[in-house]
Amino acid sequence: MSEAAFFIDYSRCIGCEACVNACAECDTHRGTSMIHLETIERRESVQTAPQICMHCEDPICAQVCPADAIKKTPDGVVQSSLKPRCIGCSNCVLSCPFGVPKYMSGIDQMMKCDMCYDRSSVGKKPMCATVCPSGALTYTSMEEIQRTRQGIPVNSWKFGAEEVKTKVYVMVPREVTRVEIELVQIHTTPSALPNDPYDVALMLEGME
Amino acid sequence: MAKLPVEAPELVRVFGPTLHRVPAGGWSRTTEDEKLVKTHCCFCGQQCGIQLRVQDNKVVGFEPWEDFPFNRGKLCPKGVKRYMQAEHPDRLKHPIQRVEGAGFEAISWDFAMQRVVGEIQRIQSTYGKDAFAVLTGASLTNEKAYLMGKFARVALQTANIDYNGRLCMVSAGAASKKVFGMDRSANPWSDIPKAKVILAAGANIAECAPITTDYIWQARENGAKLIILDPRMTPIARNADLFIPVRPGGDIGVFNGMLHILIERGWIDRKFIEEHTTGFDQLAESVKKYTPEYSSKIAGVPAEMIVKAAELWGPAPTSFLMHARGIEHHTKGVDNCMAAINLVVATGRIGREGCGYAMITGQGNGQGGREQGQKCDQLPGSRDISNPEHRKYIAGVWGVEEASLPQKGLSAIPLVEAIHAGKIKGLVSICFNPVVSLPDANFVREALEKLEFFTCIDFFLSETARYADVVLAGSLMEEDEGTTTNVEGRVIRHRKAVTPPVEAREDWKIICEIAGRLGYADKFSYPSSKEIFEELRIASKGGVSDYYGMTWDRLDESNGLFWPCPEVGHPGTPRLYENGKFGHPDGRAHFMPVEWRPSDEMPDEEYPVILTTGRVVSQFLSGTQTRRIGALVDQTSQPFCEMHPRLADKYGIGDGDFVKVESRRGNVVVHAKVVKTIRPDTVFVPYHWPLDRSANNCTNRAIDPVSNIPEFKICAVRLSKADQPTDSIAMLEVQAGGVR
Repeated sequence: MSEAAFFIDYSRCIGCEACVNACAECDTHRGTSMIHLETIERRESVQTAPQICMHCEDPICAQVCPADAIKKTPDGVVQSSLKPRCIGCSNCVLSCPFGVPKYMSGIDQMMKCDMCYDRSSVGKKPMCATVCPSGALTYTSMEEIQRTRQGIPVNSWKFGAEEVKTKVYVMVPREVTRVEIELVQIHTTPSALPNDPYDVALMLEGME
Repeated sequence: MAKLPVEAPELVRVFGPTLHRVPAGGWSRTTEDEKLVKTHCCFCGQQCGIQLRVQDNKVVGFEPWEDFPFNRGKLCPKGVKRYMQAEHPDRLKHPIQRVEGAGFEAISWDFAMQRVVGEIQRIQSTYGKDAFAVLTGASLTNEKAYLMGKFARVALQTANIDYNGRLCMVSAGAASKKVFGMDRSANPWSDIPKAKVILAAGANIAECAPITTDYIWQARENGAKLIILDPRMTPIARNADLFIPVRPGGDIGVFNGMLHILIERGWIDRKFIEEHTTGFDQLAESVKKYTPEYSSKIAGVPAEMIVKAAELWGPAPTSFLMHARGIEHHTKGVDNCMAAINLVVATGRIGREGCGYAMITGQGNGQGGREQGQKCDQLPGSRDISNPEHRKYIAGVWGVEEASLPQKGLSAIPLVEAIHAGKIKGLVSICFNPVVSLPDANFVREALEKLEFFTCIDFFLSETARYADVVLAGSLMEEDEGTTTNVEGRVIRHRKAVTPPVEAREDWKIICEIAGRLGYADKFSYPSSKEIFEELRIASKGGVSDYYGMTWDRLDESNGLFWPCPEVGHPGTPRLYENGKFGHPDGRAHFMPVEWRPSDEMPDEEYPVILTTGRVVSQFLSGTQTRRIGALVDQTSQPFCEMHPRLADKYGIGDGDFVKVESRRGNVVVHAKVVKTIRPDTVFVPYHWPLDRSANNCTNRAIDPVSNIPEFKICAVRLSKADQPTDSIAMLEVQAGGVR
């Protein structure tokens, strides 16, 4: 059996915030949550999405850091900024394609998900993936995820022209080999969007 | 007296709810000298395994317990933060008594006991035994639930004891008893992922039973189809194969409509029906008129949805049906459940792997709490208080004359009505916050004010305890040993992590001392709560919920045992009804024909909108505990009114505006949350908050004639845009009932 890896399945997320609360219980940053839980567009649907650090193979946050404060461990985990080096410039915050690093003004330093390095480096699961009640966040072996899921894990991304490979996988439909993210216009007019699938009134059309 | 001694804001200032944000000892790292106590979450019926980190007799954090088979380390946010209720600044550490115009003052245990016992004796000798009532809760351990029933029947000899499970599991329980002959989820949760079709009705699983989510998603990975009935598209409904946005109160339209199609198309198990059931012909006759078109009108959804549901459910090789309060909180709650269960039995898909049925128990000990004899009509072992044989057996266990046992008393709502009517004069309450959790909250407050004497056992001064003359400082779940019975019927061990602080006492010791001072010391002298369980084992022996074969040691060794477990050495019974053997004396399941009828209060011209109530994931029930935990309050800080944009437009209400939701009984002013994920004829307000933010100011206290559950899930309201309230209640912190 291969070593454990981190898998995100956005379709399973129920937005409960167990991950957000458990993240704040991790020993290295107890009291502060590093995970992001996005409510996509509550008016339109109940879709939510958890976002941990994807731990890029060639982390953009580290590339753009003028103080060389962001390091990757030999096992591929991108750490929070090193306190003595971080100058709080937030280049990393702006550059991360996943929107992960947080600038903490109180300590003038960038901090981010380190996959609970104090736990995962000694064979335990990260806090969020241990407690997640929906399995949206899972820390297990590649064999186990392939055995138990219909979707497949991918860790290859394309943001416009930029290609990124990550340590963390996301579950996608079987026909997908890479997550391709086009530049989208943020304020698309409603008429340009497909008929919304989550509007309960539309489901009841024709009823009294 | 039972009136607030001072205005609510002054009580809030002293007793909270205030927010606890930092654990005992600060945000410290794990240390070597900590111990980990394997126990369970104190909140919902899932009863997830969790390890509490304990240092110097203080709970300082938690660690997931991945070896516990039910949740395998998984937790919801309430479970993650449950440890923050310990070492809380609001914690009651002494008995206190009401002081008119001043609030509450600390008193000695001896004085508190003298007052409580003196008032019980005065009221009972003046007005009769039944004039003193007991209200209890389904978050109590089995040991305490058992003790409360015995306390009422033996020490107080009052008929009037009931519990807050009356707001929770009684419709499901009554329906299960009528059809199956037993009241328990029929299957262990491990059967869920093996089902090829799952129907979840009135169950906001993602928010109210989050751990069950993974079981359902796993079923879908294995190819299961998922059908969800709910007026709101909840997180679990978003990805369902079929989401049926049923009109509140319209569920029977879907169930009977499905059964109509199953029979028509031959998707029923004739052999199973013949061999293992009764009453099918009458059932078939009763659903003849439930054509898709007729059913559609009742359910308030297109007929095609009902047809599709039948097409998914009918031919499936295995199936699992589950329901929760959404179909149970109705004046036809029992009928709703029976109509659902008929679908299970008609297809013969029960009592084998991947084939089953479950009611999703809400409260921590929602299952065990309804078996040990704290219901008004029940004795331990799920026995019937009006059955002479049952009375005789329990009288023998307790060493009292059968004739001394009271008969059936009043259930929760009639009991509160009897207080309001002046028939019940005294009340002892534990683990129940009726001022927030009962419907028609203005009526409940009026009722409490009429009591001559009211005493509460509680660890925080809940909104209800504010009305008490004497509050006895009791214990948190982690401060005592005991057992609960989870949603599956699995009996598990809660372990003591710390001792009650200062002068607070274990709940069972408080009850035993009152009983002792009333002259029943010989019947209430337990060295520890373990001996209460030992007596409970005997009291349950031979009953439906038979715990006799369980010991604490066995529970410790086995990660829990499922009842019935009639002999020591018996492996317990994870799956009920195997080989078509049901709980009725004839061994058969009894089909129950069900006819739809309107809810007690339907929308009309004056009150044209349906209000339905429910929960959010970060709060639990009346919020006595969870409105005191900072992280959970931050997550959803105040109630809101969910409404569809079409409805909002009609009233000129925008997202975030203040809206007044008003019924014939009361109103609540909250923020509007304009979303497309709810039926346009229905609004939703979660009920965890008190005072002017209580959804239960609006709800209807009409009850189901069989289960006596109140109709929380539908009442008629009108809506209007409101200004931001600025009165003294509105200015309170949000967790206390304020608005921002």
